[in-house]
Amino acid sequence: MARQHVVVVGGGLAGLAAAMKLAEAGIHVYLISMVPVKRSHSVCAQGGINAVNDVTRQQGDNEWLHFDDSVYGGDFLQHQPPVKEMCDWGPRIIDLMDRLGVPFNRSPEGFRDQRRFGGTLFKRTAFAGATTGQQMLYTLDEQVRRWESEGLVEKFEYWEFLGLILDGRGECRGVVAQDMFGMDIRPLAADAVVLATGGCGLVFGKSTMSLICTGGAAGRAFRAGAKYANGEFVQVHPTAIPGTDKLRLMSESARGEGGRVWVPRKPGDTRDPGSIPAGERYYFLEERYPKYGNLVPRDIATREIFDVCINKGLSVDPKTPCVYLDVTELTSEAHKKLWGILEIYHKFQGVDPRTTPMKIFPAVHYSMGGLWVDYEKNEATGGLVLGSPRNQQSNVPGVYVLGEADYQYHGANRLGANSLLSCVFAGLIVAPSIENRLKSLPKGAAAESPVSLFDQAVLPHKQRMKELMDNKGSENPYLLHSELGEWMTRCVTVVRNNKDLKACLEKIGEFEERYKRIALSDTSNWTNQNLSFTRALEDMILLARVITQGALQRDECRGAHYKPEFSIPSPDADDPAKLKAQAEKWCQAFKTQTDKWLKTTIADYSPAGPKLSYEAVDTSLIRPRPRTYGLKGAEIIEKTWKDMTKPFSSPRTEPVAAGRG
Amino acid sequence: MTVSDHSHGSTAHSDADHARTFTVRVLRQETPHGGGHWETFSVAYEEGMNVTTVLQRIAARPVTTDHHATTPVAFDASCLEEVCGSCTMVINDRVRQACSTLIDALLAESPGGIELRPMTKFPVVRDLVVDRRKMFESLKRVKAWVHVDGYQDRGPGPRIFPREQDSAYPLSRCMTCGCCVEACPQFNDRSAFIGPAAISQAILFNEHPTGRADRDARLEVLSGVGGIVDCGNSQNCVKVCPKEIPLTDSIAKAGRDTTLYKLRQWFGR
Repeated sequence: MARQHVVVVGGGLAGLAAAMKLAEAGIHVYLISMVPVKRSHSVCAQGGINAVNDVTRQQGDNEWLHFDDSVYGGDFLQHQPPVKEMCDWGPRIIDLMDRLGVPFNRSPEGFRDQRRFGGTLFKRTAFAGATTGQQMLYTLDEQVRRWESEGLVEKFEYWEFLGLILDGRGECRGVVAQDMFGMDIRPLAADAVVLATGGCGLVFGKSTMSLICTGGAAGRAFRAGAKYANGEFVQVHPTAIPGTDKLRLMSESARGEGGRVWVPRKPGDTRDPGSIPAGERYYFLEERYPKYGNLVPRDIATREIFDVCINKGLSVDPKTPCVYLDVTELTSEAHKKLWGILEIYHKFQGVDPRTTPMKIFPAVHYSMGGLWVDYEKNEATGGLVLGSPRNQQSNVPGVYVLGEADYQYHGANRLGANSLLSCVFAGLIVAPSIENRLKSLPKGAAAESPVSLFDQAVLPHKQRMKELMDNKGSENPYLLHSELGEWMTRCVTVVRNNKDLKACLEKIGEFEERYKRIALSDTSNWTNQNLSFTRALEDMILLARVITQGALQRDECRGAHYKPEFSIPSPDADDPAKLKAQAEKWCQAFKTQTDKWLKTTIADYSPAGPKLSYEAVDTSLIRPRPRTYGLKGAEIIEKTWKDMTKPFSSPRTEPVAAGRG
Repeated sequence: MTVSDHSHGSTAHSDADHARTFTVRVLRQETPHGGGHWETFSVAYEEGMNVTTVLQRIAARPVTTDHHATTPVAFDASCLEEVCGSCTMVINDRVRQACSTLIDALLAESPGGIELRPMTKFPVVRDLVVDRRKMFESLKRVKAWVHVDGYQDRGPGPRIFPREQDSAYPLSRCMTCGCCVEACPQFNDRSAFIGPAAISQAILFNEHPTGRADRDARLEVLSGVGGIVDCGNSQNCVKVCPKEIPLTDSIAKAGRDTTLYKLRQWFGR
């Protein structure tokens, strides 16, 4: 009988974690990637990875608080069991990374050092300089190379995923992929397929993401019937370096190590920043958010920087909006820890950030939304039933989705340093789930499927390639992409309103039409990057519609989705009785909004355009509450909300059984 | 009130810049077996521009200076912030990353224009894309990994002092970009030399408390054909490494360690 195989598409942290864990279980893996896996986008993750640790534990921290920070930061839009399980695994995941050789920074005594990240008051973040993602990716790349040399992993680097192969019953039997050098299109049989293909930042033109983050694979799975969830939730990172080809990330760790964000109080102040006295500097995050200071969650920091530049006219550069991110006052020890990112600023801007404050502005950074995946809740622990074939499985049987490509862990806003955790976690837990799926299948089912299934699956992709090659139109894919990016960035990022969103949807309709007239400037049959990009552009336009339609329909503010037309005015009365009445009104409005919108947006593909529906969120472990970071009247709102919800909720604590299982 | 009204000005340049163009010569090759030929493009200057942006602008309008419509230049690029190692090429006779090479600096050193060529130590796939699989294969040969019992929970890794982390981390930043081997006179198709990157990775794992278990296997490879003795000590590698990895320190260490390893073998230990 034929051997069972698993295809893993994507060799970032999630894909590699899955591949090594599957290989350990003796399962043969085909690993497909558009780039040598060591060049995957995970290398760009800078700051670190979150988990409760021995030090924070002694300060009162525990897994439950990490879980609470994550769902509170995500504005309660995540299903809670998977997030709880992830936070419970955090300490063990860091231990494993440590054993595998990730060069985490060390305390003088030789323990792992930790830094503080946004949205928490604990120093939970382990880090390797300011290139933690790179270091973790390399470590997993090394592990997978070991399995490759033992014959359990076979790599297809410079191969592009084109589509899923589904049998008559809708079960996945493999993938169709294309050799990006020889352009050969072929089927690969698989008894399970893992998509770990990252986010879709390129939908926004320039972002902090790598050029490979087109969302192409997600778009292709969506077309094949996989549901796409919460597309409208896109994280705009507060601090990036403007650039002509990319907006380069300046990690939150710069603030975690003490970096401060400010602008001169006087608009248009042209003085050298170093010469501006402290009293004439406006440290707006610290002033507006005394509790979290420069480490408020990302969506809030982004809106404040945006507000200071655009609405208050306090940008520090007349040509382009930006604020100072100042690390000049940090110690040389801190500069050393941050060197990986300070070096990027130094190289690309030609200015030494150790002596001159950096100029930064928000940029599209992370897709909280992604392909929908399932999970099985463990009623005893509140976490997951480990090994359940449902965990990380999409609605297409046999297709699993991990990492930034899925929608599962970050709700409406991701906390900094939770992404590396979610990638490795999902990669590790998917292996036993797939193992159990494979056991339930007849041995070698995929490889022994009729040849005609594979032959037929390849045809439409060959046909599609020919069509694109033959197209004689007037549209240029690169220029169309740049227009798409400008529209998406203008209408569907930091501040959204329905008028712009409608205009953007109309424009996307125009892009869809224009795409039909797209012409390749390269029709050769060898290493044709023009073809690959043009094909991905169609997926980007498709995802742009899913994102924008989701944003238009969601009439509320939640996490990264900020629609001022539907924000609830903060209580601000001086008179205590009036203030109380306002707070009650606020909480009532919040409750109405929550009842209506605390739902996952689900998009289903149809040729006429995506169909959206809404699914309830599992909030069985922590009752949703107003997210009040720095909100005016936060105290009175929190108190009023508690009083309002008292009859329903006794204060919940960590269930006993949910310890470190 | 939206971002891009005021966004990271993609096209915001002054009038003076607007008219300014510069010349880019690219060594092109359609297939691995075809010969190379030069094509020249004229590209409009943008403030803060790097070489990857130049290649993107050419892709959007692939027309040479003599008005010949051609194909976009094939090139490898991904992260665009010099951490992925993709976009290595020979720019004005020096091997480097296209993303972190800024046009202002290039034009200052050679106002006549910019010249792009593929690396010479690897087979050309197309244009500026080369096949660097050989480097990844070398990482297999030197067992560049920490061999653990398994991925189950076994508590934290070994205690490591900051001094040790300080020496491991710089080596661990190697992107397998290929700059060092491109600059190395000993690394070529007539020699089996494994190259500085792989030697440095062998040292990284030999110094790790658990990785040390495979120490002898790595030293065996480094003492063999194409190993450490093939290094001609030109020290070019360390000069071109974009991550400033102390490659020559690793090579020196590998020299000492292989000698000791051989001595131990002679004495039957």
